[in-house]
Amino acid sequence: MSYVAIADRDHEQEHHDPQTFITKYIWSQDHKVIAIQYGITAIFVGLVALGLSAMMRLQLGFPDEFTFINPENYYQFVTMHGMIMVIYLLTALLLGGFGNYLIPLMCGSRDMVFPFMNMLSYWVYLVSVIILLASFFVPGGSTGAGWTLYPPQAIMQGTPGTDWGILLMLASLGVFIIAFTMGGLNYVTTVLQARCRGMTLMRMPLSIWGIFIATILGLLAFPALLVSAIMMLFDKTLMTSFFMPAISSMGTDPGYTGGSPILFQHLFWFFGHPEVYIVALPAFGIVSDLLSTHARKNIFGYRMMVWAIAAIGGLSFIVWAHHMYVSGMNPYFGFFFATTTLIIAVPTAIKVYNWVLTLWEGNIHLRVPMLFAIGFIFTFIHGGLTGLFLGNVTIDLPLSDTYFVVAHFHMVMGVSPVLVVFGAIYHWWPKITGKMYSEKLGKWHFWMTFLGTYSIYLPMHYLGFQGVPRRYFAMGNTEFMPDSAQDLNAWITMSALFVAATQLLFFINVIWSLKKGPKADPNPWNATSLEWQTPDTPPKHGNWGHDLPEVHRWAYDYSVPGYEDDFIPQTVPADQAPAGRQHGVEEH
Amino acid sequence: MEIGLIALAVMLATLLGWLLKQSFNVQPWVAEDVGDTAHHGPLGDAGKTKLIALMTFLAVVTSFFALVLSAYALRMELGDWVPMTEPQLLWVNTAVLVLASAAFQWTRNGAVAGKAARLKPGLVMTGLLTTAFVVGQLIAWQQLQAGGQFLTSNPSNAFFYLLTGAHGVHILGGMYVWARATFRVLMGSAEGGQIRRSIELCTIYWHFLLIVWLVLFGLLLST
Repeated sequence: MSYVAIADRDHEQEHHDPQTFITKYIWSQDHKVIAIQYGITAIFVGLVALGLSAMMRLQLGFPDEFTFINPENYYQFVTMHGMIMVIYLLTALLLGGFGNYLIPLMCGSRDMVFPFMNMLSYWVYLVSVIILLASFFVPGGSTGAGWTLYPPQAIMQGTPGTDWGILLMLASLGVFIIAFTMGGLNYVTTVLQARCRGMTLMRMPLSIWGIFIATILGLLAFPALLVSAIMMLFDKTLMTSFFMPAISSMGTDPGYTGGSPILFQHLFWFFGHPEVYIVALPAFGIVSDLLSTHARKNIFGYRMMVWAIAAIGGLSFIVWAHHMYVSGMNPYFGFFFATTTLIIAVPTAIKVYNWVLTLWEGNIHLRVPMLFAIGFIFTFIHGGLTGLFLGNVTIDLPLSDTYFVVAHFHMVMGVSPVLVVFGAIYHWWPKITGKMYSEKLGKWHFWMTFLGTYSIYLPMHYLGFQGVPRRYFAMGNTEFMPDSAQDLNAWITMSALFVAATQLLFFINVIWSLKKGPKADPNPWNATSLEWQTPDTPPKHGNWGHDLPEVHRWAYDYSVPGYEDDFIPQTVPADQAPAGRQHGVEEH
Repeated sequence: MEIGLIALAVMLATLLGWLLKQSFNVQPWVAEDVGDTAHHGPLGDAGKTKLIALMTFLAVVTSFFALVLSAYALRMELGDWVPMTEPQLLWVNTAVLVLASAAFQWTRNGAVAGKAARLKPGLVMTGLLTTAFVVGQLIAWQQLQAGGQFLTSNPSNAFFYLLTGAHGVHILGGMYVWARATFRVLMGSAEGGQIRRSIELCTIYWHFLLIVWLVLFGLLLST
């Protein structure tokens, strides 16, 4: 049989549809099913982590009221909340979930290039989640070392979970990295190799650019976490001294020689900072598409947006030590990292301006996904501005380890990506399920979440300025903390519980939509990108029916002058419709 | 962290050059029909797809080893570090690994040129040489332990075991793919083109691990 390019193969040749329930929904190699599996698993652990944060807040807001929270499990809650949210929820949901769903559909391919490895990626991810959750039930419980797992305390007696918890945590991270690598190889290769005819790189929707660059970051950065996890595992089980200094523990010498805890910090943050952008870049990409679609306007500065994503990705590797200003580093070193950190603000600000300029004079439809996308601009700007504070060494030193830091990173990489995740779910829900949801309930969900999170995190900045330290189980009686700080903490706790409870609206909406939701239009938002042009909704196995789509234009031909509809799908040939600024068509 | 940064800078610079080539002076907002902008040439070529996946994976492995070496360089500067003397056997192992790489290249050249008779002896020879390397590394470990240099004796020993172990694990991973290809060749159950691609990719992987080993060995010797 002579060679046929993937783009030219027809359906029969390429795929054999799975028949049984098990091959269709359980051991499925279909990217859409895998995406949903990733999504459900990630949201499930995310809910666990949300529950943990509620427990923390109960203790902080009402100290000593709840006897089932003691210092040990408070630290376990803190640790597991952070680790789950950052890695097992956000990374898995944005790349494993949305990456899997959107890449083949937006690029016009039938599936990922290595479907079997893709399936394996999900199941290995599930194993890592099970190992992680198992650590709640082992003797001593899960690790309480903080999500950064700094040695020496992460593996020394006195920290909760040093017997089994930390071992399971490190093992789970290792397994997660294997899963991510398998998925990541798929995402990169699919974007590079399996786009349909006419889908040049610069015609890809920004969602794909964000996911693509974030995957590359992940592939290069996760090895740093793997290295530190392996070396710490050696230190813990085989008594090497990579990180462990000569130390006395409860009067005895555990036998470590002069290792370097700072070395761990370098390795950890060499992963940890790119990780911020592994989460943020897909969110940037997705939010660009939501804004453009619902403002009925082409994205402002498409090429600049692509370059900004790439620039942020590159810069994110040379800022890691801004997490370590208080580790006693050389001041010149700190100066270097402060400079690189502030430089990142440039491409990031370009993106923010471009989002706002996309809205400018747009025909804005305040539908639920659009509300979340605009909400993201607010929370991201707020989180980003406090980042400018913390990026400067002199301002960071007094604010280090206070609630200001907690407020900053929750705004910038907690609330902001989560708003995008919700926006994206509301946006693509009609395509994923073929059902519509309740717009009214969605709007309630948005406003209560959006205002609620402000009610949580704005006061936290103030607490930070007061010097209230983070990570403390109880504040005790200190001179510098007024009693009102405690009242504020109680208010924050009530807001947090309110926001957590509000998320029920989302699940009610989901269940209602699945059971009774009206049938969705194949392209309810009149969007241009390929996933809305599938012959079936939800798309069937193989996505495109008999023939693959052909792309003739970019994904942002909204409100093009001289064309009757306010959108031109990417599949419409050039001679049937004008394009944004084609020769001979006046700009408006 | 310098080593990690340099490796990373090279990889990112490659990426950036490629990105600029793809995007500079492109006007994405202009609609053009497929003929003008479609991918020409090897779009979706299964062999090239696997090659890209392999190269991406090699970038991941490069990042991994560069980071361990960065940690090595940082840890080395601390007070308790005692430089270790590497077993002389490592020179032999290095030679064996070079030979294994050469044998794979010889097999690959045969496969590309269509000389099917070369496949069986070539693959078997590569396998034997690679196995000899792994066994040689294990013997080197035993020699060290017999000389009282255990994992916990000194951080330099710990790094030695970690680096050689990580490298060995990657070799074993390659051996799995090699074993599959060899099995199919021996059984005669393979389609020619598929085997050729498999051997081509394996050869790249072998050369890559050889380079990694040479870098590791050079660094271990010089410190």
